Amino acid sequence: MLETRGLRVVGDRVLVDGVDLTVAAGETVGLVGESGSGKSLTARALVGLLPRGLRAEGSVEVGGTQVVGASERLLRGVRGRRISLLMQDPFTMLNPLSTAGAHIAETLPGRTSRQEIARRLAEVGIDDPAVAGRHPFQLSGGMRQRVALAAALAGDPELLIADEPTTALDATTQHEILALLRRVQEARGMGVLLITHDLRVAFAVCDRVAVMYAGRVVEQGPGAELAAAPAHPYTSGLLGALPSVERAMERLVGIPGSVPRADEVAGVCAFATRCDLVAAACTEARPPLRPIGRDRLTACVHDAAGTARPPLAETASLTVPTAGPADGEPLLHVEGLRKRYGAHTALGGVSLHVNPGETVGLVGESGSGKTTLARSVLGLVTPDGGRIRLAGLDITDRAALDPRERARVHRLVQCVFQDPSTSLNPAMTVGAALAEASARAAPGDRIGVAELLELVGLPAAYAARRPKALSGGQRQRVAIARALAVRPALLICDEPVASLDVSVQAHVLELLRGIGRDLGTGMLFITHDLAVVRQIAARTVVLLKGAVVEEGTTSTVLDAPAHDYTRRLVSAVR
Amino acid sequence: MAFVARRLAAALLLLGVLSVLTYALLALAPGDPEQVLLGPRPSTAESRAAVRAQYHLDDPLPVRYAAWLGDAVRGDFGASLYSRESVTSVIADRLPVTAGLAGYAIVLTLAVGLPAGLVAAMRRGSPLDRGITLSALVALAIPPFAMSILLLYGFAVTLGWFPVFGAGETFAERVTHLTLPAIALATGQAAVVVRQMRAAALDLAGQDYMTFARARGVGRARYWFGYALRNTALPVLTVGGLLLAANLTGALFVERAFGLHGVGELLVSAVGQKDLPVVQALVLMGGAVVVAVNLLIDLAYLAVDPRVRHGAVAA
Repeated sequence: MLETRGLRVVGDRVLVDGVDLTVAAGETVGLVGESGSGKSLTARALVGLLPRGLRAEGSVEVGGTQVVGASERLLRGVRGRRISLLMQDPFTMLNPLSTAGAHIAETLPGRTSRQEIARRLAEVGIDDPAVAGRHPFQLSGGMRQRVALAAALAGDPELLIADEPTTALDATTQHEILALLRRVQEARGMGVLLITHDLRVAFAVCDRVAVMYAGRVVEQGPGAELAAAPAHPYTSGLLGALPSVERAMERLVGIPGSVPRADEVAGVCAFATRCDLVAAACTEARPPLRPIGRDRLTACVHDAAGTARPPLAETASLTVPTAGPADGEPLLHVEGLRKRYGAHTALGGVSLHVNPGETVGLVGESGSGKTTLARSVLGLVTPDGGRIRLAGLDITDRAALDPRERARVHRLVQCVFQDPSTSLNPAMTVGAALAEASARAAPGDRIGVAELLELVGLPAAYAARRPKALSGGQRQRVAIARALAVRPALLICDEPVASLDVSVQAHVLELLRGIGRDLGTGMLFITHDLAVVRQIAARTVVLLKGAVVEEGTTSTVLDAPAHDYTRRLVSAVR
Repeated sequence: MAFVARRLAAALLLLGVLSVLTYALLALAPGDPEQVLLGPRPSTAESRAAVRAQYHLDDPLPVRYAAWLGDAVRGDFGASLYSRESVTSVIADRLPVTAGLAGYAIVLTLAVGLPAGLVAAMRRGSPLDRGITLSALVALAIPPFAMSILLLYGFAVTLGWFPVFGAGETFAERVTHLTLPAIALATGQAAVVVRQMRAAALDLAGQDYMTFARARGVGRARYWFGYALRNTALPVLTVGGLLLAANLTGALFVERAFGLHGVGELLVSAVGQKDLPVVQALVLMGGAVVVAVNLLIDLAYLAVDPRVRHGAVAA
């Protein structure tokens, strides 16, 4: 139904270099890759909607129609009816001025009736026909994604391309949407090309998985086989970097280096510079995708590439991380914290504590109040009620502190935000940002820029660079170094790895673990990812709609969840 | 509804403040009104006193203002000091020409400006975009009176397609008479709308919902009207409304150039003649027009954007 041969996407330089993919009717194929691998551009090329300035080369046939180079008029007939694209972000994908029903009606073939729209909504699990009259801003993320799916399916396409359809959603909603996608696919017998950065999602949902790297497919095969015995070092590296939700690993290992540009590695194996197994054959010519057994393809010249990096889950140890000392006064003590925004209760009496040197995971989905809690501790939000004590100091209302105390609090608690591309000042060099931060430290306690960079595993020469010249993982390291510059007793990490690729995520998590272990920094680690919390936190607090619903050691919370909501969270990732 | 009521109340308050300010400023302006009232007649102390008594000029300012306001809300702005006719009928005499011109011009402005701006944004960087942007710049640089003279010379004098002077009597005549003035007025304004529309639509091209609409095969008409035009309408509506208000109150140069006896023309002569009642009424009318147009824009926001609608209901 879909067949691409030698698909290239070319702008000023080559971005996607030779993708061969087939999707048959009734089949779900996964296209997995990290950011910059070219997977989203591939998706856009398949529907003839590349961003301005880029063009597709090669061949893309959808149900026998050639898409590459086709006229807009021809493509309009193909899109929606033969091939449809579901995009990533349900918050930006729908026309803010149109109702849910209008989105479906505008691409329904034939006459539209209220019954038909209700039927289409029911197909995506919306049983309330009144939703048809709602506007996107009145619906939750999960509901919007369902409406978007119904809209994408309204023209009854034979093939659906889903580009990261769950990335912007909460864990439990992700699970529901994936199950829905699977159900709809089976009921309609259509082909689905699922594009994702999440290996677990791909393996769970797809019949076949293709792994993309630097603009090309490096490995392809049935999901389960790929997971059990990867045949390309990149795939096994990715699998090794994946934090396990089941147990805490002794060491988290990422892939060294970063993804090269597709045009720089046109004539060689794209992974050669990061590969342990690199041999002369890897850089002499570009290794083609070659069959290795039934339905399996790899672009590695070695026959036993998968065994070189055994998945590290085997070396798991349950002793890490250990709980901090439970006696004495906690470092951070939050009691009955309340905050309302208009009619919305962000925090409805939250209590928790963090002991010195302890890492506490704070788990919850969007709207649970976890960010409001973090901002209250940081003094960015003044709570309506309750108390926050930090190292014996009442910091509930920052404005009430005298300047000396405020300076002290500033040195006690620091923060690492989610997105390092926006949390670093783009106009400042790394060195200037770090020097500025360490100037706030107590006079006898200053750490030099070079030392800070070394602490987070970056070369001292990076001090002269600006954030733009760094990769996402390196930027997050700089952000961590900046937070550590005043030697804080408490580090608040607000989803610090959520915007990072798997291979980089492992490095940053390992770094944070080391900081907790070696510097004795206490951490409040906010995340939606249970696998991450398993790796980093000794204790875990689960937040739901502004209230703590469960609290305990991480292993207890994840292995024997007591609250219904926690059980749903845990089952969503298993 | 509470939203509309609140907006109306605010509009009335604004007009009240405006009326006080214009009344006070004009009263404080140099020049004796009694001199104007007396006209060419010899001004003796007695005749001046008689005039002052007749027009209550010796009363304190707040008293005079209250009396004037009391009449004004009943639609009586007094009599023109110059023509002795009632101000209301003087203005009513001029208004149809100006309203026709303003309406005609705004229709032309939107009919040309919206599609041109939208196409320029969607074909960003193409020769078409460059052409449209450059034309807009040129149009913006030509002052309306120069454009008027150019049009008059080209289409009225040389080609003889349109009349040179006056506003015409029947509807058809009115349309032909107002075509050139409306074009002269619309040229610069269309350029403003083009630039606004282009700016608003530039971000639109990169929006996910635009891509998603195309990816699922939404029809062309729906794509351009339901998606592109509707999502860029709000900022452009605001500009369009303000242009309309400006046309209604002061299309002065164009009225002069084409010999149209409109409101702008009236205002200039009234100021020149120190015809205070007329000036006051016109300033107040101008204020009322701006306030009314803004109110209409707010209502249009409500109609176009459901988020504003629900926000307004919730607030």
